[in-house]
Amino acid sequence: MDITDLRGISAIMVMVGFMGLVFWAYSKRQKASFDEAANLPFADEDSHNSGKSKLENKDHD
Amino acid sequence: MSTATEQPTYNYKVVRQFAIMTVVWGIVGMSVGVLIAAQLVWPSLNFDTAWLSFGRLRPLHTNAVIFAFGGSALFATSYYVVQRTCQVRLFSDALASFTFWGWQLVIVLAAITLPLGLTSSKEYAELEWPIDILIAVVWVAYAINFLGTVKIRKTSHIYVANWFYAAFIITVAVLHIVNSAALPVSLTKSYSAYSGAIDAMAQWWYGHNAVGFFLTAGFLGMMYYFVPKQADRPVYSYRLSIVHFWALICTYMWAGPHHLHYTALPDWTQSLGMVMSLILLAPSWGGMINGMMTLSGAWHKLRNDPILRFLVVSLSFYGMSTFEGPMMAIKTVNALSHYTDWTIGHVHAGALGWVAMISIGAIYHLIPRLFDKEQMHSVGLINVHFWLATIGTVLYIASMWVNGILQGLMWRAVNADGTLTYSFVEALEASHPGFLVRWLGGVFWVTGMLIMAYNVWMTVRNTEAKPVAQTA
Repeated sequence: MDITDLRGISAIMVMVGFMGLVFWAYSKRQKASFDEAANLPFADEDSHNSGKSKLENKDHD
Repeated sequence: MSTATEQPTYNYKVVRQFAIMTVVWGIVGMSVGVLIAAQLVWPSLNFDTAWLSFGRLRPLHTNAVIFAFGGSALFATSYYVVQRTCQVRLFSDALASFTFWGWQLVIVLAAITLPLGLTSSKEYAELEWPIDILIAVVWVAYAINFLGTVKIRKTSHIYVANWFYAAFIITVAVLHIVNSAALPVSLTKSYSAYSGAIDAMAQWWYGHNAVGFFLTAGFLGMMYYFVPKQADRPVYSYRLSIVHFWALICTYMWAGPHHLHYTALPDWTQSLGMVMSLILLAPSWGGMINGMMTLSGAWHKLRNDPILRFLVVSLSFYGMSTFEGPMMAIKTVNALSHYTDWTIGHVHAGALGWVAMISIGAIYHLIPRLFDKEQMHSVGLINVHFWLATIGTVLYIASMWVNGILQGLMWRAVNADGTLTYSFVEALEASHPGFLVRWLGGVFWVTGMLIMAYNVWMTVRNTEAKPVAQTA
């Protein structure tokens, strides 16, 4: 195995890693936790403001 | 919905300091820019003084707008965003204070040494080695404070904006320390640790990643907090933001060689840099679309919210300049555009249109919250500032496109016998009208910044008086 093989393998590994990331990010399992994360800019106001409920997450997609 | 009094636990002092200095350094840096733009139109404006010559003031302008104005905006917003999205006070108030005063000292030292002609001659890294060491120390303190705050967060997630800020802080530390490696021969003179084509490649690995991480990743952190916040809805797709982050981080690092097309750099390195620059279009536009689509269903808010308009138009300019950039990285296009004013226009489409406009939007969002006010003193003046900034940017980039293509075509024109059709001075003379329009665009920008300073001053000045009125 020479350096060219190593380069080819590393390129494939990066591609597989990236595809894995995309599948992970778009899997159904992550939806709930991502919705919570997406609401973090609004979360600290809610915790200090009794008028709004923390459960009323703003939804987007 | 003022929140300043509801979070007594947050360190807003350092955010206020950096927010105010963003406006101050913005005016200083852009005024120097207008002066050197005027020098290109009326050369006698250097008054035959070495300290006021274009070659010395140009690095002062770039350092002031990138590191003083942009840097202060990044410090202010990152310290604010990390506290509010981690729901915890900054890791260390002492380190926060140190980063503020240390950074201001760096800026003052730059403003003294650059006009004196003390320079390492590395673009965007001109400062000499003692200042470089100070920058490294301040930056490491910043990294400890930011990452320390993320570590002690009260929330389970690390919000995506903090990912971008963290990447910006860590990468800039690496870039600065590696590229500034030098052998000092006196207090004010040093020689680069690298030589020849390797020095050039180290410089543009730094230079392009200063664009990618200082001027992009950091400001994308800003985008991911302030656009959703000002639009009052979460980011369009959190999943896309994760893919956006990793794609951008992995790709940017390799694009530097496009600054060295047709030089002594090995040809394969140039081609690699070109291909990686083209790939960069995808993550750049992914991020832009994510920011823009956050407004879907709420576009009407643009009609009466000039702050949101600043943020969204900055994304349009971001999309435009990240399309232009990959195109200019193509070697055949670069053969026309390199060394011409087109490059200057491209930089300012990004620097004024994207970086400055999103910073200004963020600062307008911050100031009332930091000083416990309902809103800015005058929303109408924000609108005036918005139009001055937009028209100024368009004047700037349009004139530089015309100049750039004109220069590129004139420089490459050859007669049948192989001699050059035009002398350099003829191309320079033809550029004169464009220089004038560019200067006018700069004047629009500085005028807008002065209006901002007045608006901020009027908002801030009665800070002490208001709580009394409220409790009465």
